[in-house]
Amino acid sequence: MTELNELTIAEARDRLRKGDVTSVELTDACLSAIEGAGALNAFVHNTPEIAREQAAAADARIAKGDAPAMCGIPLGIKDLFCTKGVPSQAASGILEGFTPEYESTVSQKLFDAGSVMLGKLNMDEFAMGSSNETSVYGNAVNPWRRGNDETALTPGGSSGGSAAAVAADLCLAATGTDTGGSIRQPAAFTGITGIKPTYGRCSRWGIVAFASSLDQAGPMTKSVRDAAIMLEAMCGHDPKDSTSADLAVPDFEAALTGDIRGKTIGIPREYRMDGMPEEIEALWQEGIAKMRDAGAKIVDISLPHTKYALPTYYVIAPAEASSNLARYDGVRYGHRAKLEAGDGITEMYEKTRAEGFGHEVQRRVMVGTYVLSAGFYDAYYNRARKVRALIKRDFEQVFADGVDAILTPATPSAAFGLGEMKNADPVQMYLNDVFTVTVNLAGLPGISVPGGMDRQGLPLGLQLIGKPWEEGELLNCAYALEQATGFVEKPGKWW
Amino acid sequence: MSIDTETAAKVAKLARIRVEEDALPALAQEFNTILGFIEQLNEVDVDGIEPMTSVTPMRLPRRVDEVNDGDQQAKVLSNAPDAREGFFAVPKVVE
Repeated sequence: MTELNELTIAEARDRLRKGDVTSVELTDACLSAIEGAGALNAFVHNTPEIAREQAAAADARIAKGDAPAMCGIPLGIKDLFCTKGVPSQAASGILEGFTPEYESTVSQKLFDAGSVMLGKLNMDEFAMGSSNETSVYGNAVNPWRRGNDETALTPGGSSGGSAAAVAADLCLAATGTDTGGSIRQPAAFTGITGIKPTYGRCSRWGIVAFASSLDQAGPMTKSVRDAAIMLEAMCGHDPKDSTSADLAVPDFEAALTGDIRGKTIGIPREYRMDGMPEEIEALWQEGIAKMRDAGAKIVDISLPHTKYALPTYYVIAPAEASSNLARYDGVRYGHRAKLEAGDGITEMYEKTRAEGFGHEVQRRVMVGTYVLSAGFYDAYYNRARKVRALIKRDFEQVFADGVDAILTPATPSAAFGLGEMKNADPVQMYLNDVFTVTVNLAGLPGISVPGGMDRQGLPLGLQLIGKPWEEGELLNCAYALEQATGFVEKPGKWW
Repeated sequence: MSIDTETAAKVAKLARIRVEEDALPALAQEFNTILGFIEQLNEVDVDGIEPMTSVTPMRLPRRVDEVNDGDQQAKVLSNAPDAREGFFAVPKVVE
C-alpha cells in the first residue's frame, strides 16, 4: 500500500479527481513525513498553516470539477524563490529575517494552479555550490546511504533540499533552480528526475538572482510524467522578466508517447573524461543501448569546446554574481552589521557583507569583481563570452546535422560524503558540474533521469540535452529511457 | 598571472567585503587556483567571434514609458534594518 506522501503527481491528480483522496489528506501525510525527517534538514521553513489553507481551497476547487493538473498537489519550494510573507533567504545569513512583500512568478503560477506549499527547502547559499554544504541552515542530507554504511552523503547542490525532500517522499515534488547543474546534479544524486528548461521558459522574476544569463527554474519530481505536468504549470511568458520568452507553452504531458523510433541521439565523444569511473561509463553505455533498443538511431558527435565550459562558467557566473549581489548592502533588507563609533557607510557595507556572506559566496563575488575590473575585463570576461558563443555554436551544429537529443552521464560520480571535499581546492568541487554546465551556457533544456545504481547501492543519473524550446520532445526521449530503465529503487528509511 | 596579497586586498575593497589582513595570503592563493583554471581559455582561438550578449536570439522587449506601480512606501521599507520617517537610514555619508 503506497502512503499518500509517496504518490507521484500524476497518481495524486487522478485520485483527487476521482474523489478517493483529498488534498487535505495528501497535505497532512506530507506534513507528518516532514515532521519525522528533521535529520535530513531538507525543509528549513515550514508553512503548515498556509499548506492546510491552500489544501482546503484546492479541495473546494476540485469538487467543482474544473481543477488543473497541479491542483491540490503538495510541493516544497526552494528557498531561492521569494514567497510572500514567508522567509526567503537563499540560505544566506545576509537575508536573515527577510520576508518578501511579493510572490515569485513561478510560485504564483503554481499557486494559481491550486498547488500547496509545505515550506521552504534547503540549498547552497545563493545557489553557489554542488553539495548543499554552503547553506546557512547547515547541510541537507541525502536519504540514500552506501548500503549499511552510516556515512552521511550529500544530496548534491544547489537544490539539495529539494532533491532530498522528493527522494524521501516528504512532498510530491519540489521546485529547483539550475545555473550550472543545480537541478540535474542533485536529481542524479538522489534517484529522481529534474529538468532545466530552455533559458527564457520560466520567469526569473522573484527568484533571488545568482547569474542572470544562466539561471532557470524547473521541477524536481518522482517521474518524467510528473516533470512534464509540473513544468507546464511553471512556464509561460512574464512581462516582468525581460528575458522571458513570449511563446505558447505546449502540453508537455501529451508529448509523452514513449515512441522515439527514428529519433537521432547524439553521443558526444568529449564527455568521455580522463579518470571517469568505469561505472559511469557502463551506465552511459547501458543508456545508449536502451535508446537504440527503443528504435533511436545512435550517432557519435563532437562538441569540441566542451573542455572550456567549466572555465567559461567560472568567469561568467561569478561576474554576474558580483553584480547581482551588490544589492546586499545592509540598507534595504536583511542583515546589517553592528557598527563601531566613527564607522561610516563604507565600513557598514564591508562589515555587513563580511558577516552576511559565507566563504564560497565571498570568494565568487571577489573572483567576479576581479574578472570585471579595469585591465582584466577583456582578458577574462570578454574572452569567456566569446568562448561561450563557440560552445553554443557546437550544439547548433550538431542539431543542424539532424541530432534530436544528446545523451550523457549527469554527473562524474555518485553522491559523495558530506565533508569529504572539505580539503579539496574549490576547482575540485566545481568539476561536479562538468557534464551539466554546457547546457546553461548554451541556454538549452536538459533533463536528468535515474539510470541505475552503482555497486555501493547509490543511484546514478543520465542526462538528455534537447533543442531550444523542444522540451516536449526532450521529455519524450527521457520518458522512453525511463520506461526502458524501470528504476523503482527507493532509499531505505533510516531517518 | 599571479595574485599577491596586495591585489587580493584591492579586490576585497572593490567588492566591499572586509577581509582581515591575516586572511589575505590564503585568499590570494584561492584566487590563483581559480584563475589558473580559467587560464585554459587562452588556448581557444576566438578571432572574429562576437562576445555573447544573449543566449536566445531575442530582442529586448520595450514597454510603454508610463507609471505602472508605486505608492508602496510601507512595503518597500518593511524589511529595512533601519527605517525612519519613511526613509532608509544609513550612517552619515557626507561630512
